[in-house]
Amino acid sequence: MPRESSATAALDAATVGRSAVSVDKSATRREGSAFAGLGAVTMKELADNLASARMRLLELLVFVAGIGAVYATISGVKATISQDPFVFLRLFTTSHDPLPSFVSFLGFLIPIVAIALGFDSISSEFNRRTMSRVLAQPIYRDALLFGKFLAGLITLAVMLVALWLLLTGLGILLLGLPPSGEEVLRGLVFLGAAIAYGGVWLALAMLLSVAFRSAATAALACLAIWLLFAFFWQMLAPFVTLWIAPVNPFDPYSQLHAINVGMAIDRLSPNRLFAESTLAILDPSTKALGPVLSSDIEGMITGSPLPLGQSMLLIWPQLTGLLAAMVALFTVAYVSFQRQEVRA
Amino acid sequence: MSEPVVLTEALTKRYGSTLAVDRLDLAIEEGEVFGLLGPNGAGKTTTILMLLGLTEPTSGFARVAGFDPLRQPLEVKRRAGYMPDQLGFYDDLSGAANLRYIARLVGLPNREADERIKAALERVRLAEAAEKPVKTYSRGMRQRLAIAEILMKRASLAILDEPTSGLDPQSTREFLDLIRSLKADGVTIMLSSHLLDQVQSICDRVALFSRGKIGLMGRVSDLLSEVLGGSHVIRVEASGAGLGEAVAKVPGVTRVQREDGQLVVEAKGDLRSDIARAVVEAGGGLTMIAAGHASLADVYARYFEEVRDAA
Repeated sequence: MPRESSATAALDAATVGRSAVSVDKSATRREGSAFAGLGAVTMKELADNLASARMRLLELLVFVAGIGAVYATISGVKATISQDPFVFLRLFTTSHDPLPSFVSFLGFLIPIVAIALGFDSISSEFNRRTMSRVLAQPIYRDALLFGKFLAGLITLAVMLVALWLLLTGLGILLLGLPPSGEEVLRGLVFLGAAIAYGGVWLALAMLLSVAFRSAATAALACLAIWLLFAFFWQMLAPFVTLWIAPVNPFDPYSQLHAINVGMAIDRLSPNRLFAESTLAILDPSTKALGPVLSSDIEGMITGSPLPLGQSMLLIWPQLTGLLAAMVALFTVAYVSFQRQEVRA
Repeated sequence: MSEPVVLTEALTKRYGSTLAVDRLDLAIEEGEVFGLLGPNGAGKTTTILMLLGLTEPTSGFARVAGFDPLRQPLEVKRRAGYMPDQLGFYDDLSGAANLRYIARLVGLPNREADERIKAALERVRLAEAAEKPVKTYSRGMRQRLAIAEILMKRASLAILDEPTSGLDPQSTREFLDLIRSLKADGVTIMLSSHLLDQVQSICDRVALFSRGKIGLMGRVSDLLSEVLGGSHVIRVEASGAGLGEAVAKVPGVTRVQREDGQLVVEAKGDLRSDIARAVVEAGGGLTMIAAGHASLADVYARYFEEVRDAA
């Protein structure tokens, strides 16, 4: 609920006397748990998500895309089976013309699924006129918003885990060997990153569903932002970089600076953060995600894969960035939802 | 006497520069049926939302069932059932499933919830439609489902916002009977309506709203005699010129108004024969003369007319 702050309120309070009790800042602290009803909301939304025709369609699409991508790479991967200690991970990352790799498929599809889960989550309650009745129950708004977000994340997680298990099983069948322990661990980290990436888009979609009463507007706005980051960001980034950090051809440091600025701008896109995370975690030979100077290479053991811990260290900023973006977007959605009037 | 179930003092809500609710003082006693009456936009719904803690008052003080809706909204909402004017359910779910979701939000254990839902649906005569999706329900059935929700919650206070709007006369009568049975259970009922005549029969007390202020408050019968001066209303249908003046000269007549081609006469007694004589003597052709009952709508129209005249 909006916090009491206006000057007129204070003025009225002073003249009314007894009302000062309810306007006094310390006294407006609400009582009762913000999580009351959270479980009920989450379960209801989860059931809705899993049963909705929209989600079934998308799940079908994702599964077909995933299986297709992995199936197409099998023949290529089989050729290198004897030299590669990370065959299973190769299944997910190798692309085979004309199909993109499994992870780049996911890079496209996870946002779509997350947007489909969130773009009308709040506005639909208003449009169905159920909002005031639900909020008249002994729960806070927090529970409603957080429950919907949680249900969306769980739906995403269920879908991704199922897909991952399915593809691992397919890999075992087709390659004839089980994944190693490290491959399983790397797969789990990858799943975590994918869920965080989905969470960013889910939070964005929910924010827009709070901001726009019309579901169509929210969906279009979501897709526009998705298009921006999926396709146009990489094209725009060099221009912005050129403007912020012009390159002096006689100064190598200005070139390095420009590269660093360019990467920083690039990394504002969640798609970029996800792509870098998957690259480092699913391809253990990745040693660095930025420009590497010759002084850095000194003493580096080339060719050998990094241990899992080191790969994790490499993508730690990316993962943190994804989580931070998710939390920030959710917070904005939360604040604007709290300030919204209940009556439509 | 126990504490009022609903108590407000100088409750005010301001949206920008407009005052939606202006220094409202209300006290609703336990077991009462209280009507908030007035035209759309008079501040009834805003008042209700403030009582439920769904909108924050700009200033003022409110207590519902002894709790502050601002600081202890969960306690308030546990005790109060609410039926909004824009009534919506999850259309794809059945009536029973809709109630089950609310029961979980309320925190009822499953078995108890099922029993209460069954009993509530039977009481509002929706037992047969319980497992049908709500999208197949008629408007009257939806309103009854909302009452079932309040019954299931075992709310001690039922707040109904425009409960009879959009219902046909038959459904309205059934619905009013349901409200009476709620009252018989000892539930305090606060309802808002712009259909004054419909609800006047079930309200113990009413408050007439206009532009965020209560103009009049009290028992319906008291208001009738207070504002209309205990008067009789007589409707006269007659042809001829200057009849209004002639009727106004009859001793005991306090007021004459033209309405839909009829003369609406307010008098201190049943002066039908005197008025008829006056009409005939003035050369009018009398076609109909009837004693009508004063209604809240008359009170409302009359009172706010006076307020406007005074302003």
